[in-house]
Amino acid sequence: MTAAAVETKIPASAEWMRPGRVAVLLFAVLSLVAFLLPDGVLPAWTRQLPAEFRIGLDTWISAALKWLVEDATFGLFTFKDLTRGFAQLLNVPLDIATSILSTGLLDGRGSSAIQLAPPLPWIAVVGVVAALGYRFGGSKLALLAGGAFLYLAVFGQWASAMLTLSSIVVAAPLGIAVGLATGVAGYRVPLLRRIITPILDLMQTVPTFAYLIPILFLFGFGPVAAMIATMIYAAPPMVRVTMAALEGVPREIVEYGTMAGTTPRQMITKVMLPAARPQLLVGVNQVIMLSLNMVIIASMIGAGGLGFDVLTSLRRLDIGRGLEAGLAIVVLAIALDRLSQAYAAGARKRDAEGGLKPFLFGLAAFVAVTYLLALFVPPIATYPEALQISTAPFWTDAVKWINVNFFNVFDAVKTFILLNLLLPVKRFMMAQPWPLVAAMVGYAGWRLGGARLAALVVGLALFPVVTGQWDYTMMTVYLCGISVVVAALIGIPIGIYGGLSPRAWRVIEPAIDTLQTLPSFVYLIPAVMLFRVGDFTAMLAIVLYAVAPSVRYAAHGIRNVPTMLMEAGTSMGCTQKQSLRHIQVPVALPTILLGINQTVMLALSMLVITALVGTRDLGQQVYMALTKADTGKGLVAGLCVAAIAIIADRLIGAAAQKLAAQRSGAVDAT
Amino acid sequence: MTNTATLVCRNLWKLYGPEPERFLAKHGPSPTEAALRSAGLVSAVADASLSIERGEIFVIMGLSGSGKSTLVRCLSRLIEPTGGEVLFEGVDLLRASPADLIELRRHKMGMVFQHFALLPHLSVLDNVAFPLEIRGLGRSEREKPAREMIELVGLQGREHNLPYQLSGGQQQRVGIARSLITDPDVWFLDEPFSALDPLIRREMQNEFMRLQDQLHKTIVFITHDFEEAVRVGDRIAIMREGRIVQVGTPEELVRAPDNDYVAEFTRDAPRSKIFSARSIMRAPRTGEAVAGVIPAASKVRDFAAKVEASELPFGVANEAGEQIGVVDRRAVMSILVGAGEPA
Repeated sequence: MTAAAVETKIPASAEWMRPGRVAVLLFAVLSLVAFLLPDGVLPAWTRQLPAEFRIGLDTWISAALKWLVEDATFGLFTFKDLTRGFAQLLNVPLDIATSILSTGLLDGRGSSAIQLAPPLPWIAVVGVVAALGYRFGGSKLALLAGGAFLYLAVFGQWASAMLTLSSIVVAAPLGIAVGLATGVAGYRVPLLRRIITPILDLMQTVPTFAYLIPILFLFGFGPVAAMIATMIYAAPPMVRVTMAALEGVPREIVEYGTMAGTTPRQMITKVMLPAARPQLLVGVNQVIMLSLNMVIIASMIGAGGLGFDVLTSLRRLDIGRGLEAGLAIVVLAIALDRLSQAYAAGARKRDAEGGLKPFLFGLAAFVAVTYLLALFVPPIATYPEALQISTAPFWTDAVKWINVNFFNVFDAVKTFILLNLLLPVKRFMMAQPWPLVAAMVGYAGWRLGGARLAALVVGLALFPVVTGQWDYTMMTVYLCGISVVVAALIGIPIGIYGGLSPRAWRVIEPAIDTLQTLPSFVYLIPAVMLFRVGDFTAMLAIVLYAVAPSVRYAAHGIRNVPTMLMEAGTSMGCTQKQSLRHIQVPVALPTILLGINQTVMLALSMLVITALVGTRDLGQQVYMALTKADTGKGLVAGLCVAAIAIIADRLIGAAAQKLAAQRSGAVDAT
Repeated sequence: MTNTATLVCRNLWKLYGPEPERFLAKHGPSPTEAALRSAGLVSAVADASLSIERGEIFVIMGLSGSGKSTLVRCLSRLIEPTGGEVLFEGVDLLRASPADLIELRRHKMGMVFQHFALLPHLSVLDNVAFPLEIRGLGRSEREKPAREMIELVGLQGREHNLPYQLSGGQQQRVGIARSLITDPDVWFLDEPFSALDPLIRREMQNEFMRLQDQLHKTIVFITHDFEEAVRVGDRIAIMREGRIVQVGTPEELVRAPDNDYVAEFTRDAPRSKIFSARSIMRAPRTGEAVAGVIPAASKVRDFAAKVEASELPFGVANEAGEQIGVVDRRAVMSILVGAGEPA
């Protein structure tokens, strides 16, 4: 506060003289000039480097992968044998899970297959889920989880949902195991940790689609490839959580382990991992939710199930079917999220109560009985079709009704925003020459974090230039930027309101919790439903997906303003409005910035998915590369998205840090 | 260094900063403060030499940041000392291989921690049995001694509770039981009662003394509380800024503090609980009548009332029952009032 107070005392005239202001003004003028100049005045290389200056990274990557797949050999076996063997190995658990949950034990393949044994009856699955809910969180959770699965059966989504679930029950444990092992290794070997951390950073910023391409190339099209992609996508948070959790084990506990005479192995397995279990379980929840997200997206490379249903309906613009499958994903996501969260939260308490063995025994008995009954009573085996309710016609009619009655309104809104907001901003962004943008980004980096940050962000900004992706990158910045601004304008006020009023927060919190639980794919459906395809639709979906952290962080920031400051304000006679404006918002600003940062990250990851509704940015490049299995092109475009993400992350992070330091008086404002 | 010493350290150093080993190699076992400063090194433990006798309770006392916790961790090699020697039952601990250390810790050392350091996922029974479990003992082999230890610390009936279901005092009882289950030769207690409420702390100190009466362990006890040090310690080492400033029995410290720092601690010490009949007695005058006999080791507090009430002095008898001096009213009063040195 003190630093900010000093700053405002500088006379207005002097304020404009400060070098920072002058530079910002200069950049603004240059930007405007670049925008206003007629086409062709700026030399062409400022938009697109001539081919001889570009790096053919995409062709190198493609060639390398081609070599790997076609020629690489380890003497005894080729690389292709290796990937094939790996895929076959992973196919075993996936096959088992699919047999149990979805298809039953089959003999032979395709439509000529004979079912040797049926899958688990739906009643058994609903019962098991409800029982787990009861054990983890009491009767309320049992009702929620059981009800969710019952919904899947009643509304005709059972088969697809079980296919999706069988991918998750294999991919999530594998992802957890791989993440845990990597995390432990990273904790034990500091060198490894230094290698892992930047890779994790990159993996979390490269868009989901970009993962799919090399996997598609190496493992082909199909459920196994999809599952591998899911596993790779979901494991990184577990690695992070594991390293942090092990680091967080109290020093005395580690010392006790040493004094008790544990071997290094016993120290990890018997002391540290069990002591860190509550934190590790948070990672488990994340892995499960990310697996669900990815298994939906991976329908593009052959994962069946709900994701595939959504994808095909989107392609056919069959709104009813899409919404139906989308709702099923929502229901499944909420059930899995609540179950795994309750599991994590109640682990210690259940340890104290015990009773695991009778519980498991009861569960097994229940499954066995229903399974046997199902052999003779078909309605127990599969939910009777006659009792199924399809909501698809209802949704189709509803949307039709909306479109018939409100088409003009929606269209007017869409056209208005397109013409007055999206298109001008787009034109402005597309007119920016890369040297100017790189200079601006570098200047921001220098002001916020010094020479090192400047060098990093300029280097990242030049990556799209030298790989020939500048136009697509600016297109991405435009769409992402607008979406973030809109999301922040909507989210921050809601968050501030939620931070001020606990009653409002009780409504807002579950809403944004749910928003954050849902797989990104789902957000496309309502947007497409009402506004068809195009940039506006994409923006809407991105805003929906990315708004939650803005709300959450703003509320958190407002709530954490020290009471002392508020009391000081009141005692000076601030009205409520004044204390909000002069105390709460300024103090919460660093936290609010971090929320915007998260919003940017989510916006970028959603942006790529909106390629399905016909955007023309890097996301589209990745998506097209995916359809052509062009690994090099897809990865390069993906890395460009990662570059944007890292630039935004580092700059906003540095700004928040600087602000927070100023707030606490640690940095001199002058 | 007598041959009954269990744990000995000589010129022990723990330095933080650039290349501390090279510095010690260059400057010998006792470099000066000035040399340390100019090398940019900070000493957590500086030139510590101690000899802890078999069966004694040796207290290391110091304020926070004085290096007492680091010292005890160097003695158990939880922290790698920068230089010096640690001899445990004649074995050079700093040369022990990792495998040797594991063996030593499994069989000969026990440690109790300030914040208990119980494994949060294990029941009381499993926590106490844990040292045996990692030695590879089967369930029945380890549960029998564990139950005995639980009984010893008075926690029977709580075997299947998890740590979070216990109070602080109960948790530390588990910590004590667990550290004793291997019947260690040396028992480290790192501020074992500091995290407890004052009333519970007193109760646990008594409990600890009761246990020691039964077990006669060699104990290294860390505390920041001089009163606690006096209560439990046979001998006390006072630390300041990494250095041991004085070692002695409570009486020696109170009677003859080496410097102002020690005197500052001992000024408000409960003298009547520290001084014994032996240390305040005077030679009897010839033919002097006595009202009764007091054992030489008993503390002033225990006999003050009867000496004060009596016109005649009391005789002081050594372990053999011979009278070696007398204690009179004046000597007792000077201790109780705290005025100057006793006669």
